[in-house]
Amino acid sequence: MSKRVSTPGRIRAAPEQPLTAATPADRARRGFLRGAAAALAVGATSRAAADAGKNLPPDVPDWSRTLGVPILASPYGVPSVHAANTKRRESPGLTRTPFSSVAFTPLQNLFGIITPSGLHFERHHAGVPAVDPAQHRLMIHGLVANPRIYTMDDLMRFPSVSRIHFIECGANTGMEWSNVAVPTVQYSHGMLSCSEWTGVPLSTLLDEAGVDAKRARFVLAEGADGASLTRTIPLAMAVDDVLVCYGQNGELLRPEQGFPLRLLVPGVQGVSSVKWLRRIEVGDQPWNTREEALHYVDLMPGGMHRQYTWIQEAKSVITSPSGGQVLLDRGYHQITGLAWSGRGKVVRVDVSADGGRNWRTATLQTPVLPKSLTRFRSDWTWDGGPALLQSRVIDDTGFVQPKVQQLREVRGTRSIYHNNAIQTWRVDPTGNVSNVQVE
Amino acid sequence: MSRSSEVALLALAAVVATFLSAAAMGASPRFGFGQPATAAEIAGWDIDVRPDGTGLPPGRGSVPAGQAIYDAKCANCHGTFGESNAYLQIAGGVGSLGKDPPLRTTGSKLNYATTLWDYINRAMPFEAPKTLSPDDVYALTAYVLNLNDILPADAVLDQKSLPLVKMPNRDGMTTVHGFMVRDGKPDTHNVACMTNCVAQVRVASELPDYARDQHGEIAAQSRMFSASPAVPARLSGLDAARASACTACHGVSEKIVGPSFRDIAQRYEGDGAAVQKLVAKVKAGGGGNWGTVPMPAQAQLDDADARALVAWILAGAR
Repeated sequence: MSKRVSTPGRIRAAPEQPLTAATPADRARRGFLRGAAAALAVGATSRAAADAGKNLPPDVPDWSRTLGVPILASPYGVPSVHAANTKRRESPGLTRTPFSSVAFTPLQNLFGIITPSGLHFERHHAGVPAVDPAQHRLMIHGLVANPRIYTMDDLMRFPSVSRIHFIECGANTGMEWSNVAVPTVQYSHGMLSCSEWTGVPLSTLLDEAGVDAKRARFVLAEGADGASLTRTIPLAMAVDDVLVCYGQNGELLRPEQGFPLRLLVPGVQGVSSVKWLRRIEVGDQPWNTREEALHYVDLMPGGMHRQYTWIQEAKSVITSPSGGQVLLDRGYHQITGLAWSGRGKVVRVDVSADGGRNWRTATLQTPVLPKSLTRFRSDWTWDGGPALLQSRVIDDTGFVQPKVQQLREVRGTRSIYHNNAIQTWRVDPTGNVSNVQVE
Repeated sequence: MSRSSEVALLALAAVVATFLSAAAMGASPRFGFGQPATAAEIAGWDIDVRPDGTGLPPGRGSVPAGQAIYDAKCANCHGTFGESNAYLQIAGGVGSLGKDPPLRTTGSKLNYATTLWDYINRAMPFEAPKTLSPDDVYALTAYVLNLNDILPADAVLDQKSLPLVKMPNRDGMTTVHGFMVRDGKPDTHNVACMTNCVAQVRVASELPDYARDQHGEIAAQSRMFSASPAVPARLSGLDAARASACTACHGVSEKIVGPSFRDIAQRYEGDGAAVQKLVAKVKAGGGGNWGTVPMPAQAQLDDADARALVAWILAGAR
């Protein structure tokens, strides 16, 4: 890893300056100048540049000489047409039906820590239900003195809180337990999103119901979708920081995020943050539901399954440069990525450019919040040689993100869940970045 | 939690809540929003079943009755014998979980039959959940257990007998791990070494060939402008083309100066001698086939690289 940025490097100023049609030829030209047909290549470059360059100085751009569209052309704003590549995608072959499937967040294209609501990863077990908020109800019952039933209006009368938390599916990076399986960070880590969530603390509702403190140990959360997905949550967690949410990033929840009501269990695998929440039951034992016995259990070497593996341990990943991208030139590049911990706060992130041989500490971007994504960045000068980029998070429990091998030594390669291994991106001398695992 | 006994208790509790909540259960409701949930409302929604059988409604169903329902409503996804056409396999694999590879099915993995009942009842059939009667669900549970050789062909299940069924993987789950509480003990103990941490780094795994094109055009999945835009994940052919500057004149699918790689592939489709012909042409240069601009000789390419490049082009430049 180089110590200091000494050469400015020839980079395309990002992200403001669009690549032009000239770019591929331009790239090729740099290599081609060695060859015999440099003149041809330059010719191709100039022509492409001429087509694309009519809005460049000294010419005055088209959009400076006309009226733009009026207000309310899009009453609910949509991204620029030039951002069309930034969208959720499914991983072909991963699931059998789009009604019980996953759409991954394009982490490679995002900035900061907040995931735009429309890009929050999706995971449904029976499609997205069309819930009528006027007829939606939340029932709280079981080991309580006052079983209650709430309308959305009722719930929104309670004192509310807004907090920034990540949601990570327990199966995030689950395809990579035994070997590299997917090309980009969207598919390797994209069951991860982070929002500002607004709602009522579950503790408020449990207080209202009057929990039987002597017997109550767990609560069951149940969705109103066709799957009526159910998950057990320990009472200690339920009264700590669990939220019953109706808001996400300042607006009502999106349908695919549980409109009109969802649970948010910070730091815990996503399946526990039950969407389309209709029922909370207080009980004295865990429920051993299908999503706690047949799925979301961690297969260990020897054949035992770990059950109720709620916590998402500390994990990090470099989002740029990352798999599928290409470094256009030698010189300065920013390494940036995301770090998070279900146990608390990110304290430090280190990055390596040589596969973990040498490390240096990255800069954490504020805010650094508990059970939230944290953005890190580090300067790097690419010398044109092969490089192996890694990041390694340390959280406030002192836990250091494990290497692939360390994880496998304990859990083997047949698990699906809780893969928080250090991710490696290989940069080859052509600048191409690809997904690899090192040992 | 049960629908009947517990609910009755709670309904009773609700009546005296004003006293109880203050005395035994803590403070009375501070806000008092919402309505009391009535016993009937709770009974309608409280469908969960626990491993001890709490929550199971009255009813009964036999293996043959289950088979009839299964064949009509379940076999189209789960397969006639539970082997699964495309969806989750529900039979087979018992005893395989410690083997490599494990066969994960409902029968091999599930620890309690009550969970099977609960899930069929709440979520199946996939496109019409909550349309089965309790008798149907008992029957289907019996049949699925029979498909797994856990119950005999004449078995009948009801509220009492279902919780007594012992699944093969009953003792296959553990909660002895550090993931149930915030301050649980982690599995791994990596240290934050900073310099000379490992002697040698070896790339042990990279994207397998079969997975290269699975996720479509990777180049179209990054921002259109960026410090690090994407290129297709399939690198070998296009990389070679780029490194040799072929792409200055040849597009993958668009004509630039010379023909596109795809057009070349199309013209030489089925031509057994194409590789040899084109390798020679790449190295020596040529002209007249596609237009007037001649292609300069690429003598710097070694034979193996030129062959790989031509093979990639003829395969459609993908």
